[in-house]
Amino acid sequence: MIQPAAPELITVNVDGKEVAVPKGTNMIEAALRVGVDVPHYCYHSKLTVVGNCRMCLVETGMPAVDPATKAPVMDPATGKQKVNWSPRPAIACATNAAPGLHVRTTTPMVKDCREGVMEFLLINHPLDCPICDQAGECKLQEQSAGYGRGYSRFIENKNVKPKRTLLGPRVMLDDERCILCSRCIRFSKEIAKDDVLGFTDRGSYSTLSCYPGKKLENNYSLNTVDICPVGALTSTDFRFKMRVWFLKQTNSIDTESSVGANTVVWSREGTVYRVTPRQNDDVNDTWMSDSGRLLYKDIRSASRLDAVRVNAAESALDFAVAAAAELISKGGVAVVGSGRSSVEEQFLTRKLAQAAKAEAHLVARLGEGDKILISADRNPNVRGALVTGLISTLPSAGLASLGAQIDSGAVKTVISIGEDLVAAGLTPEQLASVSVVFIGTHAGQTSAAAKVVIPSLSVFEKHGTFINQQFRIQRFAKAVPAPAGATDDLVILSRIILASGGPALGSDVGGLWATIAAEVPALATMAYGNIPDTGLLVDASSWSALEFAEGQTLHFKPAAKEAARA
Amino acid sequence: MPAPEQHRLIFRHIDEPGYTNDLACYQRGGGYEVLKKAVLRKPEELMDEVKKSGLRGRGGAGFPCGVKWSLVDRKSGKPIYLVVNADESEPGTFKDRYIMHQDPHQLIEGIMISCFANKVACAYIYIRGEFPEGAKILEKAIAEARAANFVGPNIVGSGYGCEIYVHRGAGAYICGEETGLIESLEGKRPYPRIKPPYFPAVLGLYQCPTIVNNVETLCHVKHITDMGGEAYSKIGTPGNTGTRILCVSGHVQRPGYYEFEVGKCTMGQLLNEVCGGPLPGRTFKAVIPGGSSAKVLKFGERYKGKRKVGADMVDYDWGVEDIPMDFDSLAMIGSMGGSGGVIVMDDSVSMVEALGNINAFYSHESCGQCTPCREGSLWMKKITTRMVHGTARPEDGALLKSVADQIAGRTICAFGEACAWPTQSFIAKFGDEFKGYAQAKAAPRPEGTPELV
Repeated sequence: MIQPAAPELITVNVDGKEVAVPKGTNMIEAALRVGVDVPHYCYHSKLTVVGNCRMCLVETGMPAVDPATKAPVMDPATGKQKVNWSPRPAIACATNAAPGLHVRTTTPMVKDCREGVMEFLLINHPLDCPICDQAGECKLQEQSAGYGRGYSRFIENKNVKPKRTLLGPRVMLDDERCILCSRCIRFSKEIAKDDVLGFTDRGSYSTLSCYPGKKLENNYSLNTVDICPVGALTSTDFRFKMRVWFLKQTNSIDTESSVGANTVVWSREGTVYRVTPRQNDDVNDTWMSDSGRLLYKDIRSASRLDAVRVNAAESALDFAVAAAAELISKGGVAVVGSGRSSVEEQFLTRKLAQAAKAEAHLVARLGEGDKILISADRNPNVRGALVTGLISTLPSAGLASLGAQIDSGAVKTVISIGEDLVAAGLTPEQLASVSVVFIGTHAGQTSAAAKVVIPSLSVFEKHGTFINQQFRIQRFAKAVPAPAGATDDLVILSRIILASGGPALGSDVGGLWATIAAEVPALATMAYGNIPDTGLLVDASSWSALEFAEGQTLHFKPAAKEAARA
Repeated sequence: MPAPEQHRLIFRHIDEPGYTNDLACYQRGGGYEVLKKAVLRKPEELMDEVKKSGLRGRGGAGFPCGVKWSLVDRKSGKPIYLVVNADESEPGTFKDRYIMHQDPHQLIEGIMISCFANKVACAYIYIRGEFPEGAKILEKAIAEARAANFVGPNIVGSGYGCEIYVHRGAGAYICGEETGLIESLEGKRPYPRIKPPYFPAVLGLYQCPTIVNNVETLCHVKHITDMGGEAYSKIGTPGNTGTRILCVSGHVQRPGYYEFEVGKCTMGQLLNEVCGGPLPGRTFKAVIPGGSSAKVLKFGERYKGKRKVGADMVDYDWGVEDIPMDFDSLAMIGSMGGSGGVIVMDDSVSMVEALGNINAFYSHESCGQCTPCREGSLWMKKITTRMVHGTARPEDGALLKSVADQIAGRTICAFGEACAWPTQSFIAKFGDEFKGYAQAKAAPRPEGTPELV
C-alpha cells in the first residue's frame, strides 16, 4: 500500500503558542489546534472560503528582518525576534499558514473588531430567540454572549424582510434572521451540486431566495439548516417541536445505504425529534441526506408490530421461542438474514442457521447511487454478513434459490429476520406453502402469513455495529427505549438458538463481542468498547474479489474498478 | 501667484469646435500614428517607458501603473486580460465620460498600445450601465478601428492581434471596484473578492492574470508612448507626473473639468481663479478633493508638518487654498486625490444634510457581501436621515463616528473606507454642527438654501 506523502508542516504562532500545521491550513484551524477559539460565521471547514462575515478578524504579524541584510531583528527586551504587526486586522479564515506567521486574538483591536461585527449583525436581527428554533445552538447567541458588548446603541427601525418563505418541502426561510453568510448557497452549489440559492437586492436589504421557478428540494437540503449559523433556515419537520436543550444526543448510523453516514439522534422522553449528521471526515464529512433524517418516523409507524403472536393469537415470548424451536426441530429449515441487521445480529443469525442446520440467505436491496452519500447498495450492512460468515457470496436478487427449494419441498420452514419475503421475491403461493417464523419490526405480508411473529427493535432502540462500504465498522447506540411488546433481536435469536440445541450465547452486545472476536478472524483484535466514534477499518482482503454494487460516493471509490484501471 | 495655464493632454480635443468622435477626425489629428510606431517596438520597451513615466492610476488609488503591470503573473501560461474600468461612478467625477463621448479613439489607441506592451490578446471595456450613449459610441469607434485594422487580428500588418469588447454594467457603484468588476464581467453578482488570494494580477478574470486600468490612465499610456517616459515624467511634479483632470462641482462660479499638470495648481488657484470663486455673497466652507469618498477639507483649517522637497525635508503650513492638487500632498494632509472629483460646499450648506446625502448614496450602493459595510452604511444613513427628518440627538455625532470606525479597515474591499471616511471626516471637522443640529434645524433657514436630502 502506498503511503500518502507526509504533509509539509509550517510553524505558526497563535497567541504566543507555537504550532506546526500542514501547509494550506488557515488560522481558524491552526488556532483550534492550540485551543484558541476564533469566532466565525461564514467559514465552514468543508466549504470554500468567502470571508464575508468578518467575525474572524485577528492581528497578524511576521518576524522582523533587516531589509538590507535579511538578518533577523532581535528585540532586546525579550531576546526574541521582533514581530512586525500589521496595522490592519486580517480574516483568519483566509490567512493561510506561512513560516513564522504570528497571530494575536486577544488584543484590544481584535476585541473591538468582534464587538463591532456583533453589533452590526444584531442591529437588523429580530432578536426573537424566545420563539426561534435555533435558540440554544445559535452562533449569534453564543458569540454575542462571548464577544459582544451586551447592549445596543441602535434606535432606528429594523429592516423588514420576508418571515416565512418555503424554499422547498423541507426548508423554511426567515430572511430577517439571516446574516447573509452564504453557507447555504455554497453548500447547494459545491456539495449538493444543485445551485438554486442566491441573494437578491443589495446592501442590508440583501435577501436570500431561490432562483425563480426553482425549489430547494434536493435530497441534501436539510444540511443547509444544519450549517445555518442562525435561525434563518429551519426544518419544516422540526420547526416549533422542541427546544434543543431538552434533547438527548445519541450517536447513530444512517441505515439507508452502505455509506453509513454518521448521525446524531436527538430525543427526549423516548421520542426522537430529529436526526442530524455527525462529522466523520472519512465517511460523510458533516453531511447526510434528507431521506436518512426522516427514517426515524418509522419508529412510530402504525404498522409497527407490538405483540408476540403464535398462529395469529397473542402469545408470550417463551411460547413463541418454543414454537419456533419446534418448527426448527422438524428440519427443512432456511434462514433469511438481513443486510439491515447489525453485525452482532448477523453473527447470531449465522449461529441460528448452524443450530437449525439451515442454509442462510440474504436479501439484496439495490438502487441507484447518488454519488454523494447514498450508495447503490441500500443495505447498511452487507459487509457485516460477509465478515461474520453469515454469507460468503453477495446476495442474488429475488431469493431465487430459496424459491426453488420451497417449490421442491426441501424447505418447509423459513425464519425471516425482519425481511418481507414477498417484497424480497418469493411468490405469495411459495410463502403460503411454508411455515414462517418472523422476527421483525413492521407488519407486512410475511408477518401476516407467519406462524410465529416476534416483534423486535429498530436501529434507534438498540446497540450494535454496522460495516459500511469501506469495510469500516461503526457503532450505533440506543437512543430511545423499545416500545411495549418488542424484544431485543439479540435476546430473541440467542433464545431460539438455545432452544434449538445450539450453544448458550450472550444477548448483550458487550458480552457477545468476546465470542465474536474469538470466532470472526477479521474482528479478532477488536472489542465493542474499543471502536472509536469514527469507526475502524476491517481488513477486507478476504473479500477483494467480490463485485460490489457501489459506485463512487463522497469518500468512497469502488476498489474493483480502480484495480481495473490500474 | 496666478494659476498656471491648463495643460490639456488628454482633453486636448474635448469641446474643440468641429472635432467629432469618428475615426477620420481622429486620424486628421495624427490618430493611431503612435500605435503604428509602437507595434514596431518591443513590448518590454513600452512597459519600460510606462515605468519611467511614473504614471499613477487615475481611477482613485493612484497606484503606479508601471508597478501594476510588472506584478502580472506572466509565467502561469494562462492568457492575460486587460480590463478597462469605465465604471466611472464616484460622485463628483465626470472625466472618463467626456473621453469616451468625445474622443473614444484616444482610449482605443491607449488600450491597444497597453495590450501590445503586456501581450494581451483580449481586452474588455466595462462601462457603467448609466452610460448607454458612451457604450454606443465605443462600439461604433471599435468597429471603425477594426475596419481600419487598428483592432482585431494582425493589426497594421504587425502580426499582433487583440480584440476589444464593450461590456455594459447594470448600474452598481461597486462594479468600479476591480474585483467586483471582474465578477460582474464573469456574469455574477459584483461581490468583491478577498485579497489574498484573488489579486487580479494573478487570479483575475476567469482566474487568469488581469490588468484593470482606468480610462484616463490608458489614455496617458498613449501619450507616454508618444513622447517617451522620460519626457512625460518631466510634466507635473516628482512622484506625481503627467497631467490630471480635475472635475469641479458644487458652489463655484464656473464648475467643470480642468486639466493641469499634477501638483502645479493649488486648491485655491483652482477654486478662486480657474473656477471663478464662490457664488455671489457666499464663502467657501468645505471641499471634498477627490470624489465623495475622500475626506472633507475645512476652509480655515491649517495643515502643518514636514514634507520632502527634493532631498530635503521642509516644514509646511498650509490652508486649504495652499494645497497642491497632487496625490502625495492630499494624502499627506489626510485626504486623497482619489478620482479627481472636487466637490465644493459654501456656507449655505448644512454639513449634517450633506453627509445625509452622501450616506444615502453609500448605503444604497453597498453590495451587502461583508458585514461592517453592509450594516454600517445603512445604519449611518438611518442616523443622518433621522437627524434631518426626525429627531436629532446631541450624541448622534459621536455615534456616527463610532459606527464609521467599526467599518474602515475591516471590510473585503475599499468600499468600507469609502463609506466610512466621509462620516469620520465630517464629524472630525464639523462635530459642533452635528451637536447643535437640533437647534440649527429649528432656526429659520437662510433664503435660497438648497435642500440636500
